[in-house]
Amino acid sequence: MIETTNLDSTRTTTQDTLSKGLMNLRGDLPPALSSELQFLTTPVGDDVIQVPPSKVPELFRTLKDSGRFDVFLDCTVVDYMKNMNGRTKRFEVVYHLFSMKSYARLRIKSSVNEGESVPTVSKIYKAANWFEREAWDMFGVVFEGHPTLKRFLLHHEFVGFPLRKDYDADHQQHCSSALPLHFDNDASFDPGDRQLVPLNIGPAHPATHGTLRIMAQIDGETIARANVELGYLHRCFDKMAETHPYNQVIPYTDRLNYCSAPMNNVGYCKTIERMLGVEIPPKAQAMRIILCELSRIIDHFVCIGAMGVDLGALTGFFHLFTYREMVYTLFEKLCGARLTVSMTRVGGMAQDAPEGWYDDVLDACKKIRGGIETVEGLLTGNKIWQQRTQGVGAISQENAIAWGYTGPLLRATGVGHDLRKAQPYYGYDQLDFKIPVGSTGDVYDRYLVRVAEMHESLKIIEQVCKNVPSGDYTIRDKSIVLPEKADVYGNIEGLMNHFMLVIKGLRPPIGEIYDATEAANGELGFYCVSDGSGRPYRLKVRPPCFALYQSFPEQITGGMLSDVIAILGSMNLIAGELDR
Amino acid sequence: MSTSNSLHPQNAAPLVNKLAEQAMEDASRAFAFTTRLDDIVAWGSKNSLWPMPYGTACCGIELMSVMGPKYDLARFGAEVVRFSPRQADLLLVAGTITEKMAPILVHIYEQMLDPKYVISMGACASSGGFYRAYHVLQGIHQVVPVDIYVPGCPPTPEAVLDGIMSLQRMIGEHTPRPWKENWKRPSFIKPA
Repeated sequence: MIETTNLDSTRTTTQDTLSKGLMNLRGDLPPALSSELQFLTTPVGDDVIQVPPSKVPELFRTLKDSGRFDVFLDCTVVDYMKNMNGRTKRFEVVYHLFSMKSYARLRIKSSVNEGESVPTVSKIYKAANWFEREAWDMFGVVFEGHPTLKRFLLHHEFVGFPLRKDYDADHQQHCSSALPLHFDNDASFDPGDRQLVPLNIGPAHPATHGTLRIMAQIDGETIARANVELGYLHRCFDKMAETHPYNQVIPYTDRLNYCSAPMNNVGYCKTIERMLGVEIPPKAQAMRIILCELSRIIDHFVCIGAMGVDLGALTGFFHLFTYREMVYTLFEKLCGARLTVSMTRVGGMAQDAPEGWYDDVLDACKKIRGGIETVEGLLTGNKIWQQRTQGVGAISQENAIAWGYTGPLLRATGVGHDLRKAQPYYGYDQLDFKIPVGSTGDVYDRYLVRVAEMHESLKIIEQVCKNVPSGDYTIRDKSIVLPEKADVYGNIEGLMNHFMLVIKGLRPPIGEIYDATEAANGELGFYCVSDGSGRPYRLKVRPPCFALYQSFPEQITGGMLSDVIAILGSMNLIAGELDR
Repeated sequence: MSTSNSLHPQNAAPLVNKLAEQAMEDASRAFAFTTRLDDIVAWGSKNSLWPMPYGTACCGIELMSVMGPKYDLARFGAEVVRFSPRQADLLLVAGTITEKMAPILVHIYEQMLDPKYVISMGACASSGGFYRAYHVLQGIHQVVPVDIYVPGCPPTPEAVLDGIMSLQRMIGEHTPRPWKENWKRPSFIKPA
């Protein structure tokens, strides 16, 4: 017998619980449409609209054309098979929208049963294309009118839909071969074409950083047609999260964007903490900011270093890795691990920083600043570097927003959007730092933005390190945080507390939440559904890379072959969070 | 003049020959030694491994550190990274291999020329790690013969260096490798 809990208990449609933004939106929608919708604001403050599948295109069209929501952030599905209480439909399609103007967020949900379909919104928001395709791949929910409902993250011989609740997490299916070069449903592709040469790069090609596969047809040196294939590092993050207690999910988040692992820890823990309604102590906030900004710096190191290697500038890589090692040493001092630190816990940090750690950080900052300047000296004014990057991969602001760009790539186009400023958390609003922006959005601008961001991050770290708040590094809520080892071995209360928490796990209230932080590559969002048990019922990551990479075929088509590598390097695609 | 005079040109020739022989022998002791052909090949092979880095995930980032300035794999003669399997003799699998990636890994392994070695770096490559999941290959030993497993998630660069040194010892000592000799392409993977 499965323990069931009613997820609908959070649904209230009484007017006084609606947020102001949602009230306004309801007023502005055409009455014929709005009468079909259900509006609610969840206890944590997320605005939600429930829409019948048939009205989905109309609603999205209205929201987009009115200019209220210009960014399509995410689309996923939740399978309520094991939690049907009060529901008539098994699947719920969940969309997330965002506004670059008001920073408002909106969740739109639509319920369907098996065999039913929901109309695609990829013709309204082009960024929806890949998200819907992934949702079909994982759940088998058909998006009617979608151009390519084919296997996406999973291999082409896979049978079934693994994120459905009736698919076992450890049921593997072998793959016997790799697909030949293909352009999805582009019927005009002729493999025997004598004019256009087919070209396959990856997935085991050094410039594709391990697991990306790019397929193209080239006319001389020009890309005539391009396609990409994902999923070579699909490690089933969502399913692993569903089968592990909340705190055990933290190491999995490390391995999303492994170039800046602590940022994923922070993003995930912040989501769960908001769901629990707890605020972490000032010291934990300060430690998290330091970790995040150090990670941002080393993430940009990898991006710039690897991009340099791909473009033939090997020296920068060796310089940058010298400084990256310094940050690794700081992490090692803090927790013993170098790369995947898992340093946060729900409710704070795993442990306090050792004595003198903040001074070490300040020391390292000085050296890193020198290192960044050295690399700037090597690259910024370098003619070869400029000619390889300037004017390459330029993208307009409107197009970047339409593709769902966030992070350095969006800022390179001149949009000064950064969640640290737009929706500040952990006291970022108290700190003095700037948001560097570019103008054309080309590879050179992306590089400049990254370099300037590293300088800003150093400034942030120095401000925080000089004023680390005193106090505890974690909250002491017995139902959330494990007691100190001294208490576990020293007294019966501590032992019982430890036992209960390990056996039962921390249990967020029934409900759902979407929360985002500004990671090195852009908006890193976590959408979590809790059924009140010790494990997430559903956890979906909104990875920044995914939206960036979706624009890649469009970005390289018509350009030169050598520019492909420059654009790819500038996007800083991390397969861990791209494929999850 | 006595014919027994050793300095007589007639008698000098054998003496010079003898001295020359002596000198040759002394000199050869100084710069040459005798060995078996196998040993000298192994010595050369172990000290000039050419790795093909198959970095797919987090371990790939740590592998970059191994190649980087602090740990510097060049000290062990293995810094000549080749991205073409035809030119490499050490396949360094660093990171998770998914079911989708497995056929490509086998294809690349088959393209490498003998003698060839495989190091499995990290928990994922060795056993699937903590991804007991529907799309992750539970250890690359299922598809290619592995010589050295390096534990860790990800392993520290020191551990990777230790793995490479262990492999060097194996090569130097001619350790039998039945897993390699008896390897066949797994039946579930089609020839490329």
